[in-house]
Amino acid sequence: MAFKNDGGFINNLGKIYGIYTAGFLAVVALVGLLEFLGVPNIVLGYIFIAFTVAVYAFIGIVARTGQVSEYYVAGRKVPAVYNGMATGADWMSAASFVGMAGTLYALGYDGLAFILGWTGGFVLMAVLLAPYLRKFGAYTVPDFLAARYGGTLARLFGVVVLMSCSFTYLVAQVYGTGLIASRFLGIPFDIAVYAALAGILVCSMLGGMRAVTWTQVAQYIVLVVAYLVPVVILSTQKYGVPLPQLMYGQALSDITAREQEMLQQGLATATDLRPYLTPFLSYDRANFFALILCLMVGTASLPHILMRYFTTPSVRDARKSVAWSLLFIFALYVTAPSYAAFAKLEVYNNVIGQSLDHLPQWVITYSNLDLVKIHGVSLHQLAGAVAAAGQALVTGAVDWTGVAQALQAKGLTEALAAWEALSDPLRQFVFDSVAHNPAITAPDLFRDAIKVAATAAGDASGVITNRSLTLDPDAIVLATPEIAGLPYVIAGLVAAGGLAAALSTADGLLLAIANALSHDIYYKMVDPQAPTARRLIVSRAFLVVVAILAAFVASTHPGDILAMVSWAFSLAAAGLFPALVMGVWWKRANKWGAVSGMAAGLLVTLYYLFGTRYYAVGFYELWSGLSGASADDIQKYQSLKAAFEGAAPELRAAAWTALDAHAQTIANWFGIKNISSAIFGLPLGFLTLVVVSLATRRPSPAMADFIDDVRRPRGKELMEGGRLLRDLR
Amino acid sequence: MSDEQGRAHWAATRKLMGVMLALWALVSFFIHLPVASLNQVVLLGFPLGYWLAAQGSLIIFVALLFWFARRQDAIDRAHGFAEDE
Repeated sequence: MAFKNDGGFINNLGKIYGIYTAGFLAVVALVGLLEFLGVPNIVLGYIFIAFTVAVYAFIGIVARTGQVSEYYVAGRKVPAVYNGMATGADWMSAASFVGMAGTLYALGYDGLAFILGWTGGFVLMAVLLAPYLRKFGAYTVPDFLAARYGGTLARLFGVVVLMSCSFTYLVAQVYGTGLIASRFLGIPFDIAVYAALAGILVCSMLGGMRAVTWTQVAQYIVLVVAYLVPVVILSTQKYGVPLPQLMYGQALSDITAREQEMLQQGLATATDLRPYLTPFLSYDRANFFALILCLMVGTASLPHILMRYFTTPSVRDARKSVAWSLLFIFALYVTAPSYAAFAKLEVYNNVIGQSLDHLPQWVITYSNLDLVKIHGVSLHQLAGAVAAAGQALVTGAVDWTGVAQALQAKGLTEALAAWEALSDPLRQFVFDSVAHNPAITAPDLFRDAIKVAATAAGDASGVITNRSLTLDPDAIVLATPEIAGLPYVIAGLVAAGGLAAALSTADGLLLAIANALSHDIYYKMVDPQAPTARRLIVSRAFLVVVAILAAFVASTHPGDILAMVSWAFSLAAAGLFPALVMGVWWKRANKWGAVSGMAAGLLVTLYYLFGTRYYAVGFYELWSGLSGASADDIQKYQSLKAAFEGAAPELRAAAWTALDAHAQTIANWFGIKNISSAIFGLPLGFLTLVVVSLATRRPSPAMADFIDDVRRPRGKELMEGGRLLRDLR
Repeated sequence: MSDEQGRAHWAATRKLMGVMLALWALVSFFIHLPVASLNQVVLLGFPLGYWLAAQGSLIIFVALLFWFARRQDAIDRAHGFAEDE
């Protein structure tokens, strides 16, 4: 097995990946056997992750290359079906794998906007873009912009948009990889992030696109098996049929029935229960459809996905390959709602209404990971506070109010943070318990701590209610094996799947960024005479630098960066889509139109994203006339503003936080949420492109011929080895 | 390869694009507008409106794309612009 892209390898793909899949299943069975024999879980976790990463690394090394075309576009020999699988892995990020089901769990019907948006975008891509970019024969997306819109400026804009939507996305993948590695292998997060970096680099550095392609195929197989197995078993357990996609209909009916019952029994109230199947509770109609549109158009313009279709042997294969990609993505997305529904039903039936004395084991396990809170307290937080109280006692604190001071005096900042995460009654309770019995542990105290928190919250029911339970969306997929009472081997399988999802997306993104820097910036702008060997060295150097930068940013736990990932779609949609689509479909579009269209779309989107998130008060003051705020909201804003202006100096910060938090909910145009901001930038980008193009010179006749050739599958590509083959001026 | 053939090829391609985008818009947006009334119909436990967004639209997207790949290839062949196999 050579991964050499030669005839022998390509013709034997079915056999090679068949053997690989069988081998992977054999390892799963082996780990199951070892578990049965009593091997500890942490060892099983290591076996799983070591085996899968070793396979990816092996492929990455065997598929190394010294040829430019192999490095950038895998020699354009990837068959449609396999490119579809690779795209599936490229597309399914850590967030899709772990978070999608959780989003559906939390948002009910409204969460389906993500399912629709992230699938329908491939229709736009297949019809409007992918086959034409394949015919053009580019190495990168900015290559096309540069050729079509005559030169450096358009290329530079393309690179800027590409970087702004890909880098935060990459950081999130590295973060996800580190999180999974640290959770399942027990190594500290900061080290896990750099270990993840090594795993990502080994797949891409030596072989570029060729190596990434063949590892992504392997990663798709792992992630689809890992995603389907737990929920298929769960469906068989609960409903006797191994088809969760069909059987969760029953769960949906049961959820609705149970919701009524919970309301009657007082376990939930009309204010804290969002009926699972009722549409437009989290997103109103306008936001729901705006979000779908932004996600779709963003999907169609994401550079790291578009460039996957540069690797097919023909234009015909590029089209087929988009269809295969969507089919492979469909396999996971059609399953995600069943995870959500089964988990919802489990929580409604077996958690809500449970006595605080009989918490299900999985609730305790995931509370220990800080993913489940009851009355706002998790076992994880409690453990931190117990340790802090212990440290404070040693240093001589005599009652609970002295703990913070004692910790501060000793410079124990982490313990102090853990201590201050709890409310006063809980601190008092923890301190008294630890003082009474220094050997006591957090799990011993958990039930009583919850009762203290319940009393403080004025809840005397003694059971878990809908309102008192907080479940982090990430817990849904991770906890399903345990909810179903499955052995640890399945949990390990899910971890390996999540890792595959994160690694494969990270590789695609890293390659997109490094290629833009090495090909578009270095080769095209700095040193057009660079020989092949130097181009590849520069590319690899960028790969390492960008990867290290991403790992560094991830290691700082950047909460905001993780939230910004959802912005990538709006940025790609508004910044790239108009210029790419019009470049193919409208001959009259010219350089100035494209450049100003990209600038307008990108700037308006960035303004809306940053303005509504970080400068909400100023944004609202400026645009209050367009805000979707209700009369109550406006009144609340005015009173918060007055409170801030009249606040004493020491209270100003708190008053400002309250004002800003409220302003974020009303700083908008027509009520559109931040995540759908391309809904403004996209039409503006199109409009600007058209108006400016019409006001400036018509493109040359050579350009018209060039566009004709891009539109016709027959004939040679218009670029070769990263060089444009004709003069378009 | 005459210009006329080229124009006819692009006209047919544009028409297919229009059909695809119309179907895309229908399946992405318009069939979900009456979700509340569609949810009154329940099949195998699935309220129809929910099912359309969770599965129905996705199935149509996939089918549309395979159909599109074949249709566009037929257009390319008919006008002599298809690649050699």
